[in-house]
Amino acid sequence: MNRLALWLCAPATVVMLAVTGWPILYSVLLSLRRADLRFPQDQEWIGLANYATVLSSPYWWTAFTVTLLITVVSVTIELVLGMAVALVMYRTVTGRGMVRTLVLIPYGIVTVAAAYGWKYAFTPGTGWLTGHAAPLTDPAGAIAIIILAEVWKTTPFMALLLLTGLALVPEELLRAASVDGATRWERFTRVTLPLMRPAILVALLFRTLDAFRIFDNIYVLTGGAQRTSSVSIIAYHNLIGGLNLGIGSTMSVLILVSVALLAALYVRVLPR
Amino acid sequence: MLDGVSKRFADGTTAVRDVTLTIADREFVILVGPSGCGKSTTLNMIAGLERISEGELRIDGRRMNERPPRDRDIAMVFQSYALYPHMTVRENIAFPLKLARMPKTEAAAKVRRTAELLDLTEHLDRKPAALSGGQRQRVAMGRAIVRNPKAFLMDEPLSNLDAKLRLQMRTAIARLQKTLGTTTVYVTHDQTEAMTLGDRIVIMDSGLVQQVGTPQELYDHPANLFVAGFLGSPPMNTLPAEVTSDGLATVLGTIPYGSRLRRAVLPHQVVAGIRPEDFQETPAGASFTGTVDLLESTGAEQLAYFTFAAGLSFERDGPPQVVARLGSRSGLRAGEPATLWFNPDAVQVFDPATGANLTPRVPRPGRPGG
Repeated sequence: MNRLALWLCAPATVVMLAVTGWPILYSVLLSLRRADLRFPQDQEWIGLANYATVLSSPYWWTAFTVTLLITVVSVTIELVLGMAVALVMYRTVTGRGMVRTLVLIPYGIVTVAAAYGWKYAFTPGTGWLTGHAAPLTDPAGAIAIIILAEVWKTTPFMALLLLTGLALVPEELLRAASVDGATRWERFTRVTLPLMRPAILVALLFRTLDAFRIFDNIYVLTGGAQRTSSVSIIAYHNLIGGLNLGIGSTMSVLILVSVALLAALYVRVLPR
Repeated sequence: MLDGVSKRFADGTTAVRDVTLTIADREFVILVGPSGCGKSTTLNMIAGLERISEGELRIDGRRMNERPPRDRDIAMVFQSYALYPHMTVRENIAFPLKLARMPKTEAAAKVRRTAELLDLTEHLDRKPAALSGGQRQRVAMGRAIVRNPKAFLMDEPLSNLDAKLRLQMRTAIARLQKTLGTTTVYVTHDQTEAMTLGDRIVIMDSGLVQQVGTPQELYDHPANLFVAGFLGSPPMNTLPAEVTSDGLATVLGTIPYGSRLRRAVLPHQVVAGIRPEDFQETPAGASFTGTVDLLESTGAEQLAYFTFAAGLSFERDGPPQVVARLGSRSGLRAGEPATLWFNPDAVQVFDPATGANLTPRVPRPGRPGG
């Protein structure tokens, strides 16, 4: 009986270990070695030296700050916009299916394709959103556009998650609140929002972890130039561009650790 | 208070038609009727939770149709209690005061007094999920009481309680209403609740008010067959009858005209109605003989059911049946014939087509004989 259960789980477990477990383990191993493909003979175990190198590098900390900034700003905007969109979807009576489909379109477009759309829109001379200015070449402008692209793309996802939470708020409670003397805004802040807390936290969890690993939008829009690199971008540049497997893997492991810490933080505040 | 109020829904169905009702200050009014009769819709229109399609709602003489619920100074108790699950009992009760921006110390004192009144003091810091059904019901009452509103609206507040608790809370609500003297509109589908609680009952069916009056008035002089059949448990016996010169010809035999009916102008065919408790074993007045096919005893009393082969019958489903409510020590036995007596003056007649009561209204006579 128990044996059968184990056998049935085995194929999936083996596949998971092969495609995720092993690469993670391999990155951890690589991060503990000097492994630069430009000097293939010069490989050896160096313990935590790579970590010391990365954590004392200003490039890493700049990227880390940029990543945090993009994450916090875009997730905040997404939460507010997503809530508004969710409310619209929830209250729509006519053409409900149509509204939901329209709202979801940005989420259905491949990120890289959308990113190129934004890039062309902000190309000086030909872009329809810019004149002869070149906002993508200036750090603040570039980060604002990266955030804009992120928000445009993932607000629908946020809205969808919030919509499920909204549907869980009993209509009768809102009626009771209006008889108790609550205005529309008070009903929202004192009844709807508290009851949606679990759904909001889950949505924030998903989006924060996702946003922290931001790659495609930056890769297409700036390639990480003008101090717009996220941690994923510099890991990519070191690993694939610079062929420094040791340093690149160290950065990947650090990203994994950061994301795990963020997740742990959310899980703590999530009600059980 | 309600003046020709109607409610039409977007899909064209009319839930409530032309209800006119004036509720006096401190009065306890019951809206009663089968499900879907429009009683809850009427209540929601008073609360401001449903738009009024037609007619005018006035509270203290002021038009309320366009006012949002919070400007009507009315508290409501919902069937599901609608307690806020993320707030403690204290916060639930204090919620309306908080929204009214009442100073904290004053609000706290009011909450404390309300909790004492409802015996909730020891539960104040618990969440609704940790309470029993009866306690939740009391919290819902507390949230209504604490504001000291112009009126309470209660939408089937006891329906989710078990039978014993329902009885307890019924008396508790009656006492509370008397103590506080707050005007109350109470919706129920339960005729016992309606009869026991209300100063006045409004019986509704298919969106129309059937009759308004004190419980006793409605019981003694039902305006139509619907009211006669709705109030009373078991309900009034109704039998098809033919009007003859000797009396009403029914499956019970010919019932002689009492003093009231002698004065009435009757159509050829009527429906004769008689309450189960108007029968007795002691000979007096008119009588009928039949076979008892079922005898139910509740301990305090017995219900004897007589079924008759369909003789005279129109627009009725099943063979005519008569129920008599008798004392627990009746001599009746199931399966045996019995003779029961009744005062012909207790018989009321209804128009079979419209259901309207055709009995002239004179004070109801007492029971016949000794």
